[in-house]
Amino acid sequence: MMAAEATERRHIISVLVENQFGVLARIASLFTGKGFNIDSLTVAETLDPGLSRMTVVTHGNVAVIEQTCKQLNKLVDVVRVTDLTDEPHVEREMVLIKVNAESSHRGEIIQIVEVFRSRVVDVAPRTLTVEMTGDEGKITALVNMLRPYGVVDVVRTGKVAIGRGNHAVVRESAGDSVAAG
Amino acid sequence: MKLKGCDILIEALKKQGVETIFGYSGGAALHIFDALYKFNDAHKEDGIQFVMTRQEAGATHAADGYARVTGKAGVVLVTSGPGATNCVTGIATAQMDSIPMVVITGQVPSNLIGNDAFQETDFVGVTRPIVKHSYLVHHVEDLARVVREAFHIAETGRPGPVLIDFPKDVQIAETEWEWPETVDIRGYKPKLDGHRRQVRRAADLIMQAQRPLVYGGGGIVLGDASPEFREFVWKTQIPTTVTLMGLGALPETDPLALKMPGMHGSRAANYAFQDCDLIIAVGSRFDDRVTGKLEKFAPNAKIIHIDIDPSAISKNVHVDIPIVGHVKRVLPMLTEMVDKTDVDAWRHQCAMWKERYPFRFEPKTDVIKPQQVIEEIWDITRGDAILATDVGQHQMWAGQHYQHIEPRRWLTSGGLGTMGYGMPAALGAQLAAPDDLVVCISGDGSIMMNIQELATLATEKLNVKTVILNNNWLGMVRQWQELLYEERYSASDLHDNPDFARIADAFGVKGMRISHPDELRPALDEAFAHDGPVVMDVMVDEMENVYPMVPAGAALDEMVGGLA
Ligand SMILES: Cc1ncc(C[n+]2csc(CCOP(=O)(O)OP(=O)(O)O)c2C)c(N)n1
Repeated sequence: MMAAEATERRHIISVLVENQFGVLARIASLFTGKGFNIDSLTVAETLDPGLSRMTVVTHGNVAVIEQTCKQLNKLVDVVRVTDLTDEPHVEREMVLIKVNAESSHRGEIIQIVEVFRSRVVDVAPRTLTVEMTGDEGKITALVNMLRPYGVVDVVRTGKVAIGRGNHAVVRESAGDSVAAG
Repeated sequence: MKLKGCDILIEALKKQGVETIFGYSGGAALHIFDALYKFNDAHKEDGIQFVMTRQEAGATHAADGYARVTGKAGVVLVTSGPGATNCVTGIATAQMDSIPMVVITGQVPSNLIGNDAFQETDFVGVTRPIVKHSYLVHHVEDLARVVREAFHIAETGRPGPVLIDFPKDVQIAETEWEWPETVDIRGYKPKLDGHRRQVRRAADLIMQAQRPLVYGGGGIVLGDASPEFREFVWKTQIPTTVTLMGLGALPETDPLALKMPGMHGSRAANYAFQDCDLIIAVGSRFDDRVTGKLEKFAPNAKIIHIDIDPSAISKNVHVDIPIVGHVKRVLPMLTEMVDKTDVDAWRHQCAMWKERYPFRFEPKTDVIKPQQVIEEIWDITRGDAILATDVGQHQMWAGQHYQHIEPRRWLTSGGLGTMGYGMPAALGAQLAAPDDLVVCISGDGSIMMNIQELATLATEKLNVKTVILNNNWLGMVRQWQELLYEERYSASDLHDNPDFARIADAFGVKGMRISHPDELRPALDEAFAHDGPVVMDVMVDEMENVYPMVPAGAALDEMVGGLA
């Protein structure tokens, strides 16, 4: 194996699945059973209520990612697997940050929030809750900026992603594996 | 017409062409058993045969044996909870060897699921990693479609076991009975035809190779592609090794056949792997029992891999030319593009290895050698028998010393290595092929794991001949302990074995005990001629080892033993 192939990389994989009882369990059990990593996983219904989309962020070397995609494809409930990593795509994540905000600091915090184009969604006597959507780097930057004030809690959704341009990830053509040779 | 779920299930199985079901009854399946009874009462001529094994594990292995012989999904019907969990080993065995099987389990009523109800097990959950797919039937309206899909999924693509978990309330819920004529599962469309350009590239590579080797596997048997496989091998005249799972794909009497590769494979096959410059893998999966130490495997070879399962390709080894498709469709395409290979020197080299290093043993006058039993059975049957095995030394000897001629006549648990598989699998095979001689080669350890199925053999009047190579040890374990643990025989001694011939007698099965080499042939003749099942307890040389052997962590050409 060449060095580049052996290096681990982060991948973002879009998985279209039947919106059915037990599908999430099947996918989760595949990842644990085969020893694949899940960094984050989101799932929700698509335009077609019969289908759900999962966005899985995972990491591994080329061979591991190829096996991950193939094994996902092998599940009967999986309609389509697309590795978006090297495709032009947009990825977003939402975060909710609860930060200590004594009145002396409130102004500064709100300024930071504005610079990041995020917003305050809850105000309490000693805390503010901030919501932001963005890519990973931006979210991490915001969390780092707020840290000095005392971050009480952070909840992130995990990533969702969509291909750029006219091309849809959901197409009616099913079953043909993107990763298969 | 409106029918109850349990009746729809039986009607659907009939529509599906099911002739035989293996299983065991119990509370959560009683509606189904009642529906089966009524169905058979109304269809005296063309009912569905139910074979009651004496334990659910036996039922799954029997269904597996039936499937390996017929190519159709074996069907199992059992109750919830313990009935279902007893099937786990059989399901896992089928999954590992890609055997089509549909397992129907009764389940507690829907409203009790999750309540720790009596005999409730989340069986979909228990079996998730060991099935190809599974269904929990929530609505009776889905049932006919579920049955149709279950068989389709079990039997197509890379075959495997499918579970239908069927709650008791849904069994008596009513709906319109209608058989879906077609199946369309959007997430399940196995790719059948190989990519033409890839096949072309493969053909070019084959014609350029100096030392090509064909490495055929169980996929050829499962895909009923032996004729296409033989045509390819015979046209190209490439030396060929076929794995334990693929035995019979090419007659082992063929000059090109190098016999099986791997840990206890032939030196010829293993040397060929290490020396070849091209491997043409057909429905095989580079299992670790075949490759030996992966880093040292076939150091000079490019690899072409034809398989229906994309995930089998480039899983263990890097493949240069992957071809995803059904071997039965890909092979003719490939055969058309190639000619006889111009590799006389290589063919000669392989033939030399084959001649120089056959599987061998030293016969003795006072004690029966286990290999001798297998060779006698070959001599009597000339490859015409269906052989089922258990797991251990006897399994390897049966692989080595029998000449496998035709596919679907060799039943062995290769992937999971399940002791207790042999006799029930032979039982299923005998039902599938009532006129054939079915021989189960077992060990004194393995036979005890499902010995209760002697009762099924007796009841169903199935003429299975069970031959126990009795060495009074868990032989394969003892062999490893001798070679790797300085003869510390920890928990492998079976000298307190029961008298298997008398056990057989008690079940109404003819029992025989043979200890002297002179008795062997006449006893085998007698057993095979006997009209009924037989258990032959053959006392063999206790300390015999299986050779040659690739030690753990060694490369294939570092085999030890088995030399003259
Ligand atoms: C269910 C099960 N338990 C344990 C093993 C591990 N195992 C592999 S071979 C073997 C010994 C088999 O002994 P026997 O059936 O007497 O056959 P022999 O090797 O003596 O021919 C054991 C215990 C297994 N394969 N399957």
